[in-house]
Amino acid sequence: MMWKRIYALFVARNTEFFRDRSALAWSILMPVLIIIVFAYAFTDENPEKFKVAYLVAEEQVAEATNQSFEQFTATRYIQFIPVQEIDKNLRKIERHQVDLLIDASSGRYWINQTSPNGYIVEQLLIAAYAHSNANLNASSNQKLIKAVVEGDEVRYLDWVMPGVIAMNMMWGALFGIGFVIVRYRKMGVLKRLRATPVTPLEFLTAQIMSRLWLLIAVNVMIFACMNYFLDFRMYGSYLNLFIVFTLGCICLICCGLLVAARISNEEVANGMLNLFSWPMMFLSGVWFSLEGAHPLMQKFALILPLTHVTEAAREIMIDGAGLAQVSDHLLVLALTSIVLLLIGAKIFRWE
Amino acid sequence: MSIILQVLNLVKRFGDLTAVNDVSFNIHAGSCVGLLGPNGAGKTTTIELMEGIKTPTAGSISYNGEPLGQQFRNEAGIMFQNTALQEFVTVQEMLVQFSRFYPKTANIEQLVEDYSLEEFLHQDTRKLSGGQKQRLLLAIALINQPKILFLDEPTTGLDPQSRRNLWEQVRRVKDNGATILLTTHYMEEAYELCDEIAIMDHGKIIAHDEPDVLLAQHFNDVVVQLREQDIPPAIGEAEFSATYRNDSAHIVTNDVNKTIEQLLALNIPLEHLRIRARDLEDLFLELTGKELRA
Repeated sequence: MMWKRIYALFVARNTEFFRDRSALAWSILMPVLIIIVFAYAFTDENPEKFKVAYLVAEEQVAEATNQSFEQFTATRYIQFIPVQEIDKNLRKIERHQVDLLIDASSGRYWINQTSPNGYIVEQLLIAAYAHSNANLNASSNQKLIKAVVEGDEVRYLDWVMPGVIAMNMMWGALFGIGFVIVRYRKMGVLKRLRATPVTPLEFLTAQIMSRLWLLIAVNVMIFACMNYFLDFRMYGSYLNLFIVFTLGCICLICCGLLVAARISNEEVANGMLNLFSWPMMFLSGVWFSLEGAHPLMQKFALILPLTHVTEAAREIMIDGAGLAQVSDHLLVLALTSIVLLLIGAKIFRWE
Repeated sequence: MSIILQVLNLVKRFGDLTAVNDVSFNIHAGSCVGLLGPNGAGKTTTIELMEGIKTPTAGSISYNGEPLGQQFRNEAGIMFQNTALQEFVTVQEMLVQFSRFYPKTANIEQLVEDYSLEEFLHQDTRKLSGGQKQRLLLAIALINQPKILFLDEPTTGLDPQSRRNLWEQVRRVKDNGATILLTTHYMEEAYELCDEIAIMDHGKIIAHDEPDVLLAQHFNDVVVQLREQDIPPAIGEAEFSATYRNDSAHIVTNDVNKTIEQLLALNIPLEHLRIRARDLEDLFLELTGKELRA
């Protein structure tokens, strides 16, 4: 009897799901979209695992300058990026955005001593030069001169931590608020509130505030605990970081509010929230740099709030940047929050 | 009595379906108006338009001569047909929460006492019985001391005791001067509580007046009622055009003596005979038909 009831409920639920075209469409469309985006962004016929920047003169553009380096460029799974400035790219090495920088004409190369990728690429470089030199006259041998990035080394942990905290905020903000509102709407809680003098803007603001303090409190605890155990780099002001994270939280909550503004179905909400969260998780530079990715992808990343939270937090924590230096990120987050909140309040539906 | 709520040429369409079709009527301050109709007649849509919950396709609703606005929101109390409350919140917390939405509020302690909420004041709203939940929802609807109260099928699903308890509470609200608009499927409830009734069908108001006036307008006969087993349908339908419901035969007649003579002539036992005046249920069925509605 129990299994009969379970079976009846199972069939009923499946029938409901398959008849709900929007939920069904999202369930199918979302994984397809994710696959397309990531296939486009990070894979091609020759997937590259490492990034090597090499210096070229302006008129040279991407020509190898000696035989040993040519040999090195034949190494598979390394993306070679032609660059023209040393200082800017040393900074990228420091921040794990590039694994190695080489000036092929002088044989000088730079790596970050704490970068595992840098170490592997360095070994490949040395092997390529050794192999090439073995076939050349001693007088033609190409020498390598190692240089370690100057200044404080930034560990991968230091680099990744701001993004991890920001990403944690993102999940809490998007799903914490989106699902609650959709559930309220579905249950009729919102309908009852509509019969009171409460306005959509008031309701949404209350939701933002409620979620905000919770997220801030949780993330302060996470930050403190992780800093205690991992001792990551924090050169900037805690107040500035607090401002960045608070504004980031508001912006991400507003994304959740926008998604939940009209939907009354958890499955559709889930699809929509995934549509926001997954691209942010992988394209906002939380785990790896978008250096060398398609320029369109890099531009797309700039419209994602998580990119700005992560970058602003990194600048404060790693470089000790002040508010003025991250003001562009703060401005984007503030404007995005206002726009999303206003659109959300405008299109908000109680039922 | 002054008009507190005026509904003029109200229309509400959902795609091809016209749920409310050119409805107009006035509600006078201090009165209790019942909106009756079969399922799908448009009652809930009409009441939700009047509550400002839905937006009309055409027509207008005015409260004290003004379009529905902030003043209406502050002065209207609403009890929906189906209302969910936030979970993991106690009855008291719920009352306090709603009291904070309004500029002028009733005394919560008084409401708790009036609507017998003491025993479950600190209980999670999810754990309330049907009757307890309806009492809480009525108390919430009254938290702003409303001048107009909308009750959409407030006693549906309640046992007779809870229903009569709620009637008492509605009467108390009316005695305090509030205007009430009520929808219900229970004719007895409408007759007990309402000064006026409006019967809706297919999105239109098909009758609107005081219950006794409507009954007098539509009927000048009485119903002779017998047990179905005493007058089998074959005889009843042929001789008296009787109708059958709830194991009873109902013979509508304006000459009771003649009907009884006929029954005696057919040797039909009269031990269980009842003669009653026509009631709202008869009127309702007369106006809206007997066929089953979805």
